[in-house]
Formats: sequence, structure tokens, C-alpha cells
Amino acid sequence: MPHIPGIETWIAALLTLACMSFLYKDNPFFRFAESLFAGISLGYFIGITLNQTLVPNLILPLHRDFGQNWDLLVPGLLGVLLYMRYVPKIGWISRFALSIYVAYYIGLDFTRRIHGEVLPQLARAIVPLSKFDSHTILYSLIFSVGVFSVLIYFFFSKEQDAVTRRVARLGIWFLMISFGAAFGFTVMGRVALLIGRLNFLILDWIYPMIGLR
Amino acid sequence: MNLEFGRLALVFLFAIIPAVGIALGINSPGLRARIPLLVAFFAGAIPIISLYVPKKFLSGPTGMSPRLDQWLIIVYAFAILLGVVNVVQNSTRKIARRESGWPFSIVLLLGLFATGGAGIYGAISHHGITSLPDGTATPFKWIQDQFFQPLQSTIFALLAFFMASAAFRAFRARNAEATILLFAGGLVMAGRVPLLEFLAVPFPPLQPAAAGASQALGKLTEWIMDTPNGAAQSGIIIGAALGAASMAIRVILGIERGYLGLGRGE
Repeated sequence: MPHIPGIETWIAALLTLACMSFLYKDNPFFRFAESLFAGISLGYFIGITLNQTLVPNLILPLHRDFGQNWDLLVPGLLGVLLYMRYVPKIGWISRFALSIYVAYYIGLDFTRRIHGEVLPQLARAIVPLSKFDSHTILYSLIFSVGVFSVLIYFFFSKEQDAVTRRVARLGIWFLMISFGAAFGFTVMGRVALLIGRLNFLILDWIYPMIGLR
Repeated sequence: MNLEFGRLALVFLFAIIPAVGIALGINSPGLRARIPLLVAFFAGAIPIISLYVPKKFLSGPTGMSPRLDQWLIIVYAFAILLGVVNVVQNSTRKIARRESGWPFSIVLLLGLFATGGAGIYGAISHHGITSLPDGTATPFKWIQDQFFQPLQSTIFALLAFFMASAAFRAFRARNAEATILLFAGGLVMAGRVPLLEFLAVPFPPLQPAAAGASQALGKLTEWIMDTPNGAAQSGIIIGAALGAASMAIRVILGIERGYLGLGRGE
């Protein structure tokens, strides 16, 4: 028996159709949905940042145990300093907060990159080649050659000669396989999302209206 | 009051030195750039030193590095909200000047204030942003479920069409590199779905062979992802990480100043 879906379903369905209308051409319905999405996304980040970052890390610790957390007033003030850039005469004050923020994370990133990426990836590329069986050739040897040739391709400090140019070309082939695989993976993910939206439109919106569900 | 050495050191480095820097910078424009660079040196050095110097005040659970991390999560929240201020400024300017498409700026601001307002209400009322005490969804969650998620999924789903048209242009076997890209992309897409079994449905005698071939295709896809793709990813990661590490050293030493809006000589 047909029944009209709830307002939530109608909103989601009409917004989905408004977005998809862009496949025909740019139009006011799409621009409405696009602007609404941009606004809601920003509002969403306000809500998430406020409730999941500022409240548990700043407001609650200061409110519950000020003696233990008095120093949290400093990052609060540093955060406010960031907004000084909107006052042209004293905009330079925001540099203090920005310098602490950027330098700390870049210092942290330095250690993480070296210990978490460079060393493990190098260790992964150093594989035993003592046995010359099919597994060694198919996995270990190809892997090591791939890493080496890609690194040669990215080495720009010295002009390439005839040998390194050939190795770099091999590196490009490995990169092309990687980009192709990444492209294939992304396409599959996006198509899965599209199927999800079409499922919603057909199963949750149209079928109930014509009495099929 | 907690007066641990690590905390006091942080307050000295990142509150007192900046405060002195601001006071001095009012009359001496040259210091407006130098003192932030000095503060940046300390901020960048702390996580690196704390990794190699196992002192409690540096790397202990309440030491300088973890506490500074906690501090900067708060600064991060303020930095995120900085972007919102920028968008509000641009949109209100567009509306005031009646520039083309200004009604859509009103829609953007309505969406922003409604969702942001619901988020602020959740924080002030102590209900949070997921559910109310009676189990029903908060206004924030309702907007998230009914507006944000459908819009986000559809906008990303639209990319499937654009990627298909991009693939049509990129996946032409014009040269060796493009051919490799085409094969790798095609194999990964075909290997992730039971394509051969699906094609063999109208031909029952071919179904066992199709199942075997599909399994082999899956293994080939796995090998592509693990070995050639893994090797290229390793090379990219090592190269990018070394580049990022050298950039980190430049920032900490004050050679790279662009992020503060400063030129080389300033």
C-alpha cells in the first residue's frame, strides 16, 4: 500500500536530485545544494570542533580542576591571538601563535616521518635475495627494484646520464602502475557511493510511494 | 596549583617570551619578526629533543612535549574557526555588494548558522551533539543525518561521472606509460568485483572456468597492489618524508619564514 515518506526522506531525496542535476548542466538547483553543503559543512566543523576539541580539552579541564590545568589558559590566549590578523595595525601579533603552532607540528612531523616512514619503508625494501625462487623474483626483487628506480626518478640533485635515465624510466612505469591502481580504487569507491545514493532514491523514496515497500 | 618544572618552562617559553616580544615589538618593528622565529625554534625543538632525551620533564606523561601537544590541540580549534570567519566575511561582502550569485551566499550563511548554532547549543546545554537525554537526535545530529550526509555522499558520487570522462581521456594507450596506467587501472577495477562470474551467468558450462579465472584475477590484483604499487608507494613516501624533514629543519632554524608572511630579508 503506497505511503508518503517522511519529511527527512524528502529533504535527502530532493537534495540528492539537486546535486545530480549538475550532470545535465550548471543550474540554480545545483548551486543551491552546493552552497547549502558548503555552509552546513562549515557549521558541522564548528559543532565538532567546539564539542569534541574545545569543550573536553579546554573548558571542562579549566572548569573542573583549575589548579591542575591553569596553564591551559595560555593556549586559549594563543588561539585568540590568531584573530589579531583581522586588526591590520596589530596583525603581526598573530605571528606568535602561528609560529608556535606551525613549528611544533613540523618538529613533531620531522620525528614521525623519519621514524615512522623513512626507516620502516627502507627496512621493507631491504629483502633477502639469497634464494632465487619464483617468490623472491615476483615479490622481493621486483619490490626492491621498484623502490630504487622510483627514488632515482625523484633524485633531482644531479643531471641524469644514460644509465640513470633508463632506471628513472623504469621508476615512471612503477609510478604509472601505482597511479592506475589508485585510480581504479578511487573509481570503485565513488561508484559504491553512487550506488548507495541510487539505492536510497529507489528503495527509500520511490518504492514506498508506489507501494512496493 | 600544579607548578611542575615542565609546565612552568612551557609558560615561560610560550607565554612570557611572546608577551615580552609583543611589548617590545610595539616600539621596535624589527623584533616583530625575530621573536616569533625564536619562539618557533623552541616549539620545533621540543618534540625532537624529547624523543632523544628521556627526561621526565620533557617526555614524561605530563612533560613538556605531551603537554604542548595538548595545548596546541586547543590552538588548532581556534585556527579551524579562523577559516569560518573568513567565509562569513566573503559571503557578507558578496551579499552587501549584490554580486552575481549573492542569493546563494545567503543559503551558505543560513546553512552555516543553523548547523553551527545547533553545535553551539549542544555545547552550552551540555547535551553534546549526538543524542538528547530522551534518546532522540539532537538538532545537530538531525541536520547531519538529513542534510550533511546525503549532500556529501552525492557530491562525492558525482565524481564517478567526472572520473569516467577523465578516464576516457587518460586511459588511451598512446605510449608505454599510458598503456601501463590503463592496464593497472583496468585490472584493479575488474579484480575487485566478480565481473567474470557475472558475464558467465547466461552460459552455465563456462561458470566453473569463470570462477577460477575470477579468483586468479583477484590474486593478480592483490599482487599489483602489494608489489609494484607497494614499491612505488614506498619510493614516494621515502622521497616525500625526506623532503618534509628538510623543510622542518628550515622552519625550525628560521630559514623558511613564508608561513609567517615574512620574506627572506625581514
